[in-house]
Amino acid sequence: MDYFTELFFSGLTRGSIYALIALGYTMVYGIIGLINFAHGEIYMIGAFTALITSTILNIYGFPLPAVIILTVLASTIWAAAYGFTVEKLAYQPLRNAPRLSPLISAIGMSIFLQNYVLLAQTSDFLPFPALIPDFKFMEPYAGVIGTSDMLILVTTAVVMLLLTWLIKFTRTGKAMRATAQDQKMAMLVGINVDRVISITFIIGSALAAIGGLLIASHIGQINFYIGFIAGIKAFTAAVLGGIGSVPGAVLGSFILGLTESFATGYVSSDYEDVFAFSLLVLILIFRPSGLLGKASIEKV
Amino acid sequence: MISLTDIKKGLLVSLWFVFLTFPLMVIKINPIDKVILWRWSNMYWVAGGSFLCYLAMQIYKTRKLTRQEHIKQGLIKEKPKMQFKLLSDPKIYLPTLAVAGLFFLAFPLLFSTYQTNIMITALMYVVLGLGLNIVVGVAGLLDLGYVAFYAVGAYSYALLHLHFGLGFWEVLPIGGLLAASFGILLGFPVLRLRGDYLAIVTLGFGEIIRLILENWNEFSHGPSGISNIPRPGFFGIHLGLEQSITYLYYLMILMVIFTIFVVNRLQSSRIGRAWFALREDEIACQAMGIDKTKTKLTAFALGAFWAGMVGVIFAAKTTFVNPASFTFLESAIILCIVVLGGMGSIIGVIIAALILILLPEYLRAFSDYRMLVFGAVLVIMMVFRPQGIVANIRRTYTVQKND
Repeated sequence: MDYFTELFFSGLTRGSIYALIALGYTMVYGIIGLINFAHGEIYMIGAFTALITSTILNIYGFPLPAVIILTVLASTIWAAAYGFTVEKLAYQPLRNAPRLSPLISAIGMSIFLQNYVLLAQTSDFLPFPALIPDFKFMEPYAGVIGTSDMLILVTTAVVMLLLTWLIKFTRTGKAMRATAQDQKMAMLVGINVDRVISITFIIGSALAAIGGLLIASHIGQINFYIGFIAGIKAFTAAVLGGIGSVPGAVLGSFILGLTESFATGYVSSDYEDVFAFSLLVLILIFRPSGLLGKASIEKV
Repeated sequence: MISLTDIKKGLLVSLWFVFLTFPLMVIKINPIDKVILWRWSNMYWVAGGSFLCYLAMQIYKTRKLTRQEHIKQGLIKEKPKMQFKLLSDPKIYLPTLAVAGLFFLAFPLLFSTYQTNIMITALMYVVLGLGLNIVVGVAGLLDLGYVAFYAVGAYSYALLHLHFGLGFWEVLPIGGLLAASFGILLGFPVLRLRGDYLAIVTLGFGEIIRLILENWNEFSHGPSGISNIPRPGFFGIHLGLEQSITYLYYLMILMVIFTIFVVNRLQSSRIGRAWFALREDEIACQAMGIDKTKTKLTAFALGAFWAGMVGVIFAAKTTFVNPASFTFLESAIILCIVVLGGMGSIIGVIIAALILILLPEYLRAFSDYRMLVFGAVLVIMMVFRPQGIVANIRRTYTVQKND
C-alpha cells in the first residue's frame, strides 16, 4: 500500500510538471493551430536561466528568500522573452503559409535552441541545487511525499487557478478566447491579433519556465536535452486531454503522469518513454480529439 | 537604401538580442566550484551580428518590394529564373551532367579511401533524401520518424546475418521490403490524422523503435549493438578493405542512379500525380476519385523501402550497428536535406544532400556548429525560400490555338 501511495504521489508530481508545459502547447495550438515544437526548449532554457541566476546569487551571498524570488523572476522573464522572440522570428512570417511550413520551422527552431544551449553552455549534466530546504513539518510523511513534491503540487495548483482566472475573467483572456474561435472576426471587432498571439506565447513560456525550475530542483540535474523528451510527453498529455482545451491539458497531464509512474513502478522502468509514446499513438488512433476536446469538422 | 530609422531599429534589435542571450552566452558557471566565468566578448559578437542581420534583412525586404513594384508597373519584365534556364536548356545541362557523371565515376581513382568513404556516406544521404522526398516533398506527409525505417533495414541485415547467415545481396531486398511493411504498419493507423498529428506520431514511432532496440537485449543486443557484419561480397571473391570500399562506392552510385530513375518515373506516373494532388488538397483529391488510403500507404511504403535498403548498405559499410545511430537528429538531418533542396525536386535534394553532408566533413572547424546550422537552415528556408534552393518545376500544359 505504501508503495502504491508513493507511486501515486510521484505520478501526481510528474503530472503537474507535464501540465505546466502542456498548457503552453494547448494554448498556442488553440490560437494559431500550430504544434510549437520549440516549447520543450523554452522549458529547458527556463531551467538553465534558473540555475545560472541562483548560482550567481548564492555566490554573492544573497539571503535565501531573495534568491528564490529573483530566480523565479529571472527564469520566467527570460523564458518569456525567448518564447516571444521565437514566435516573431519563426512563426509570424508564416501565418499564411501552407500548414507544413510553420511546423518545419518549429522543428528547426527546436534543434537550433538545443544546440545553442549546448554550444553556449555545456553538454554535461549540471547539478541543480535544491533551492528550498526540506520543511520540518513534512518530516513524518517523508517516505510518501517529499517537500519538493509538495511544492510542485501546490505551485501548479496556484498557477492553474491564476491562469483560469486570466482566461475566464480578464479582458486579455476574452481577447484570447475570441482569437481562438475565429481570428478574422476577432480582428473585425478590434482585437490586435498579433498582440494576443504574442501574449499567449509569453504566458505559455513563463509557465514552462516554472515547470523547468521546479523539475530541475526536484531531480537535481539538467542538461540541454531535457526539453526534447519533456516536450513530447507534455504534448502527449495535451493531445490526451484534447488539444486546445485548457482543463483537458491538465487532466491529460495527470493521467499521463500516473500511467507512467505506475507502469514504471509495476512493469519495467526501461520502457518508461515507450509507454508515453504508445499512449500517444493509441489516443490519436482511437480518439484524435482527446478526452475533453471537440471533434473538429472540416468544412469545404 | 538604409534610412536612419532602420539603423535605430537595428540598434534596438541588437539590444534585445544582447538582453536575450545574456545569461546563456555571457555567463558560464561552474556550480561545483562556484566559479563564474564572464565571457563579455560573446556579447559584442551577438550585438554586432544581430545588428548586421537586421540590416541585411531590411535591405532584402526593400529590394524585393521595389522589384515587385517595378514589375507591377511594367518598368522591368520578370526575368525567367536562372535555374529554370539551366535545367531546361539541353546545351547547358547535358555537358554539366556529363562532367558530373565523369567526376563521380572517377572519384575513387582520384581521391583517397578516406575521401571515398565520406562520399559513400554523402551518397547514402542522397538516397535517403530522395526516399523521404517521396513522403514529405511529393505526398506532403511530414514524417519525422524516417530514421526508424533506416534502422529496420540496418538491423535486418545485422540480425539475419547473425542468426541465419544471410549475405548482403539476399538481405538488400528483404531489408527494403521489411522496412516497407513497417511503413504500411505505421501508415494504417495514422491515415486519418491531419498533417501535424501525423508528424508527432511518426516521431513517437521512430523513438519507440529506437527505445526497443536499446532495451530489448535478447533481440537486438541492446546499446552495445551488433558487430562483425560482413561487407558485400563480389561474386565470392574476397576483397581487401580498400577494394571493398571502392566496390561499395560504385554500388552506391548504381543505387543512386536507380533511385533517381525510379523516383523520376514515379513522379510522372498515375500514382505520382495522385501524390501531388494529395499534397495540394486532400478533399479535392478525394473528390476527383483518388483512393486516399492507397495513395498514402504507397507513399509511406515506397519511402520506407529506400530507407530500408540504405539501412542494409549502412550496416555493410560500418560493419557495426547500434541504436545510437538512429536518433531523432538523423531524421532531422534527412528532413533538412529535403527542405533545403526543395520539396519534390530531385536535383535539389541531391545538391542539398551533398552540401549538407560534405561541407561539415571538410570544414572540421565548424563541425560543432553543424546541428545549429541545420536548425537555422530549416527556419530560414521556410521563412525566405520555402520552395528550396532548386524549386521543383511545375508541370504546365499549354493549349495551342489553331487558327
